[in-house]
Amino acid sequence: MAAKVVTVTSGKGGVGKTTATANLGVALARLGKKVVLIDADVGLRNLDIVMGLENRIVYDLVDVIEGRCQLRQAMIKHKQFPDLFLIPAAQTRDKTAVSPADMIQITDKLRPEFDFILIDSPAGIERGFRNAVASADEVLIVTNPEVSAVRDADRIIGLLEANNKGPAKLILNRVNPDMVKRGEMMSADDVTDILAIKLIGIVPEDEHVIPASNSGVPVTLNENSKAGQAFRNIARRLTGENVPFMTLQESGGFFQRLARLFSGQGE
Amino acid sequence: MQDHQTVAIKGIKEGLLIALSQTEEWQAVTADLAARIDQQSAFFNGARITVDVGSRPVSKHELMSLKALLERRGLSLWSVLSDSDTTIEAAQALDLKTSTRNVIPGRDTSEGSEVSPEEDGTAGVMIKRTLRSGRIVHSDGHVVVFGDVNPGATIVAAGDIIVWGRLRGLVHAGAHGDESAVVCALDMTPTQLRIAGYIVTSPPDKHRKPKPEVALVRENQIVVEAWQY
Repeated sequence: MAAKVVTVTSGKGGVGKTTATANLGVALARLGKKVVLIDADVGLRNLDIVMGLENRIVYDLVDVIEGRCQLRQAMIKHKQFPDLFLIPAAQTRDKTAVSPADMIQITDKLRPEFDFILIDSPAGIERGFRNAVASADEVLIVTNPEVSAVRDADRIIGLLEANNKGPAKLILNRVNPDMVKRGEMMSADDVTDILAIKLIGIVPEDEHVIPASNSGVPVTLNENSKAGQAFRNIARRLTGENVPFMTLQESGGFFQRLARLFSGQGE
Repeated sequence: MQDHQTVAIKGIKEGLLIALSQTEEWQAVTADLAARIDQQSAFFNGARITVDVGSRPVSKHELMSLKALLERRGLSLWSVLSDSDTTIEAAQALDLKTSTRNVIPGRDTSEGSEVSPEEDGTAGVMIKRTLRSGRIVHSDGHVVVFGDVNPGATIVAAGDIIVWGRLRGLVHAGAHGDESAVVCALDMTPTQLRIAGYIVTSPPDKHRKPKPEVALVRENQIVVEAWQY
C-alpha cells in the first residue's frame, strides 16, 4: 500500500478546513480505506475536538518529532472506525516546532501502511502552511463563496504553483443555494472563473454541521445532512470514482458542472 | 527627473536595477536615490533592488546605511553588482547576492542616423501565466501578460501594459509619468487603473459583456474605449 498524502488548506481562516479534513477522513474510512489524519495546526489544535478524540491524547506531533515517543504512540485510533487514526497537534508550542522536512519524514513512515494521509493545514501562508504542504501529493483548497476567501485561495494557489505543488482542487464550502439564486452570493461558476482550478466538491450551508463538530461526531455520519452527503461524494472522488455533483437547485449550473467533471477542466 | 546622471533605474527579471554614479560623492548619490524613490513611491513600492555601483569601492558601513535607507522606504536590497573587490566583500559580509557588472547591458548610447530595415522594438517583459493575488510585476519598459491578472495582483510599468486575458488586478502604466502610456485587455475590469498620475476604478456592472478595450489619457482624464483593429 502506498498512501496518497492530501493536504487541506485555504489561506483564510474559518472557511472549514478542519471540518472538511474530519469529514473526509471519516467518509474515506467508511469506504473501507485506511486513513490517518495529521493536525498540522501546531499551537491551535482543533481536529481532535471535531473528531471527538480530545480526551484520548497522550502524545502529539511535536512529541514524535522531538523523540519523546514513537510515531505509533501518537496515533489515536477512532472510536468507531478501527482503520482511522489521528495524530494531534501540540497545543503548547508554535509552528516553528515543526519543519517541512519533519513532515516529509513522518508521512514517508506512514505511507506504506495507509491508503490516505490527510493533513489539516493552519490558516495563513507562513511556516505552518509550508509544513502542511511539504509532503502533499494532492492539495485541496477550501474556500467560501466570499470575495475575501476567494482572494486568499487565489494567493495560495499561486504559492502552490510556484512550488510545483499544483494543480490543486477546490472545495467550495458553505454555499447557500437560495442566496446564489437571488444573486447575493457568488456561484460555483463565479468562483472557478477566478481561480481556474478543478472543483472537487460543493458543500451546502447546513445547520447540522456546527452541532456535529461540537459533539465530536463529524456531520458526514448523519445520513440526513446535505453537507454530510457532499463530503461523502468528495471522498469517493478522492478515491478516483466519478461522482456527479449534487443538484443544489443552482440556476443551470448542474449540467455545466457535470460537463466540467467529465472534461476535467483545469488550468 | 533631474537626477538621472547619478541614478539610473531599470526593470530586470529579478526586480529593479539601480545604477549609481561611480564618480559623484557617495553621500550625494544616496541622497539623490532617496529623493527619487520618495518622488515615485508608487513605482518602487515593495520592489526587490539590485544596486550597480560600478568600480566604486563601497564599505560595509556604507552598504548597511544604503540597505537601511531602502528598507525605510519598504524596499529590500537583494543584490550588489560591482567590479570592486572591497564592495563585493562588504556585500557578502551582509549576506547580499553579488556579481560582476559585465552582464548588465548599458544605456543605449548609439546615435544611429542610418535607417535600418530591422525594427528594434522596445524593451518589455512577457509573462506567460496568470498573475494571482499577491504577485507584483515591475518593469522599466512594457509588460505583456498572456493570462489573467487576478484581483490582488499588481503590475507597475514605465511603459504600456497589455493583458491577453482578464484584467482584474491593479495596473499602473506610465509609472514614470508618461501620459501617452496605454493599458489594453481582453476584459477590462481592473480593481484600479493608473496611467501616469491619473487613477480610475471600474464601475460595478454585472451585466457587461467582456470585450477588448484600451485605456488611455485624453484631455486630462483616463478614458476606456473599445479596441479598434
